[in-house]
Amino acid sequence: MNDFNPARLSRRAVLQWFAATAAALSAGDAGLSALAPPAASGGTPSGVGYGTDPDLLRTYQPGEAWPLIFQASQKACVSALCDTILPADHLGPSASSQGVPAFIDEWVSAPYPLQQADRPLILEGLTWMADAAVLRFKKEVSALDEAQMRELCEAVCNPEGLRVGFKNAVRFFNKMRSLAMGAYFSTPAGWEAIGYVGNTPLARFDGPPVEVLEALGIQQTVV
Amino acid sequence: MPIITSSKSQPSYDVVIVGSGAGGGQMAYTLSLAGLKCVMLEAGRNYQPALETPMFQRPDQAPLRGLPTPEKNFGFFDSTVDGGWEVPGEPYTQASEKKEEQFHWWRPRMLGGRTNHWGRISLRNGPYDFKPRSRDGLGFDWPVSYGELDPYYTKVEMLIGVYGTNSGRENTPDSPAGVLLPPPKGRAAELLSQKYGKSLGIPFLSIHRAVLTRPLDAETIPAKLHPNNPWAQRLVADSMRARAACFWATDCGRGCSTGANYQSTTVHLPPALATGNLDVIANAHAREVLVNSEGKATGVLYIDKTTGQECRVSARVVVLAASSGETVRILLNSNGGRGVANSSGLVGKYIMDTVGTNVAGQIPQLENCPPHNEDGAGGSHFYAPWWLYQEQASGKMNFARGYHIEMGGSRRMPNGANPVSDDLTQGLYGTSLKEAARRYYGSMVSYSCRGEMIPNEGSFCELDPAVKDKWGIPVLRWHWKWSEHELNQVAHARKTFGELIETMGGKVRKHISDKPLEFIEPGGKVIHEVGGAIMGGRPKDSVCNRWNQTWDVKNLFISDGAPFASNSDKNPTLTIMALAWRAADHLIEEARQGNL
Repeated sequence: MNDFNPARLSRRAVLQWFAATAAALSAGDAGLSALAPPAASGGTPSGVGYGTDPDLLRTYQPGEAWPLIFQASQKACVSALCDTILPADHLGPSASSQGVPAFIDEWVSAPYPLQQADRPLILEGLTWMADAAVLRFKKEVSALDEAQMRELCEAVCNPEGLRVGFKNAVRFFNKMRSLAMGAYFSTPAGWEAIGYVGNTPLARFDGPPVEVLEALGIQQTVV
Repeated sequence: MPIITSSKSQPSYDVVIVGSGAGGGQMAYTLSLAGLKCVMLEAGRNYQPALETPMFQRPDQAPLRGLPTPEKNFGFFDSTVDGGWEVPGEPYTQASEKKEEQFHWWRPRMLGGRTNHWGRISLRNGPYDFKPRSRDGLGFDWPVSYGELDPYYTKVEMLIGVYGTNSGRENTPDSPAGVLLPPPKGRAAELLSQKYGKSLGIPFLSIHRAVLTRPLDAETIPAKLHPNNPWAQRLVADSMRARAACFWATDCGRGCSTGANYQSTTVHLPPALATGNLDVIANAHAREVLVNSEGKATGVLYIDKTTGQECRVSARVVVLAASSGETVRILLNSNGGRGVANSSGLVGKYIMDTVGTNVAGQIPQLENCPPHNEDGAGGSHFYAPWWLYQEQASGKMNFARGYHIEMGGSRRMPNGANPVSDDLTQGLYGTSLKEAARRYYGSMVSYSCRGEMIPNEGSFCELDPAVKDKWGIPVLRWHWKWSEHELNQVAHARKTFGELIETMGGKVRKHISDKPLEFIEPGGKVIHEVGGAIMGGRPKDSVCNRWNQTWDVKNLFISDGAPFASNSDKNPTLTIMALAWRAADHLIEEARQGNL
């Protein structure tokens, strides 16, 4: 009942395969909807935040404000997924080179309500990914090649996935993508990738350059 | 050492000032430079912007990329420390379980208070704003006219430094020539809004903000502020020279280590401390105004938070500038819980906030914009003052008071949150996602309604009969109510912003609800709480007279937002400072004549 044919499948076939896998594994919504407590699949967050008067001038690495909870396999899975979402290319380096996986770890480990609400989805989603990789490719997620990672992502990156019983897998992927984008684009490399220029002292502020004004059909009105 | 502990305080002072923000800071400045011996009580810790402000720190250097948490409500790098919507051990309560009848109370606990992180928007009230009841029969007139406050607005603008232009528009006062600093250039989204706003009659133009776009003129301004007082002139000039002009980077909400924007801690307190006439006691949480058997104030009872002990400080005059809510709380808790200055029964009544709602839009014209630096002055450059006074006067509108529009583009430093909305990149990952992010980044604009709320009987605070804070002091219980005027106002704003976005060829984002009660910002959320000890012409229907002086206790002054008789759409801080300076001048004169 599980199709391990490594040949590249059509998009429709991929979706069907995932539906079949889901049925076999109960790893679609059935696996994710329970959203079991995270203790079984990761460490327990410390529950202590940085307080109301933290030192704002020092540099913090993930893990310094509170302990991280990811196990090695979870780190590897997150790293592989983040680098598929935001790979090294002509627009800049990979997500993992910018500390994005560690940020995700910091996020699920954080003691605050918003992050705690995301934790079951992310931890269960990582378990689901690991199961899917073994079932589909007989590999760990971190050992998948690019085409294989894309195949996994194709099934869950789009609301179409909702129709084939992957509501929570789609939610998981979108959450990971949103968190990874936030983390990536808040680094100097991410700034360059997205086109943010600033955070540097200037002697004067000239407003948008001529090419921008012309492109928008506007004029500088403050002289 | 001017920042002192309780044990180092003097036996008695001329004036004790409770609170160190815009009102307390202005009072301390004016009084100490006039030679009065002052002591300031601040409930939070000492705070030193020059040493503590994270100026160029990046989100990736902070926990959770600097995103907001319950411990840092506006993000890790926001200047507010030890404060926010909730303060541990210092609760407040709501009289109603209904969301729309609740008030959210922002309380910083730090030297300088809200002035450390505020938006620096510094708009003068106009002539109409002081006499609203005379114009439309609603709310209350102030016992002060624009003409009386005008010179004080000018003095405050010269002292703190405000950029902007004179527009000559109705009820949007000009400053005298040469007072305002040069306005910053418009950014792309601001100029685009200006262009399309014109076709709808919406006048986007340079906003007024307390940021130095060039150094203050320390050679000439001090003599204009303090004629016949060379000593004060010298101290103020020294303080002005210590402030640098803006270097066009970093958000003002972080505060400013170089003093390029106004915060009490970098503008009001340095010259006041340099006089040697000001002691500041931090971690001093005021509990009561002390009064004697003749009904005169004799000082303040406070908790020294470092020891938990009750302490007293004595003074000939007491000034409360603790924020509307906290000032009300102190007044009601005074005199052994019987209250002071409350023969009118109006202490705590007529609390107002600014009316707010926000609409964001995505503008295709702004997609794929060539990268360029739009950090600017660390906040807004443009706004639109209220433009429909005539329509309101002729009875064409279904709400009585106006709003101004604050706006923002999105080509700013990504702050750790996804800078591109998820729905715009649906289904994408990999290089195509990065390309889409680059395309859409900077293409969002947002418009905020900032409108006038009319005081009403249903918006007030009182002492909770049961709940106390960790020192055993009764806490505030809030009541809130919007009238049709505010709800119709936000409905108008929402419709207008939608039209503007569509006129620009864009699409409105996330239309949450059609019900104004669901899209109006909840009470307190704009953090412009004023009222609670309103000023008026008669003791029976006001708490303060025209000099911010309580009718009942003539040596008790209130110099925060509490005496506001209305809350025009203009942000309250500049008016708090102008009123405080004026009240301080009156206090000095009365003290000189032996009337206090």
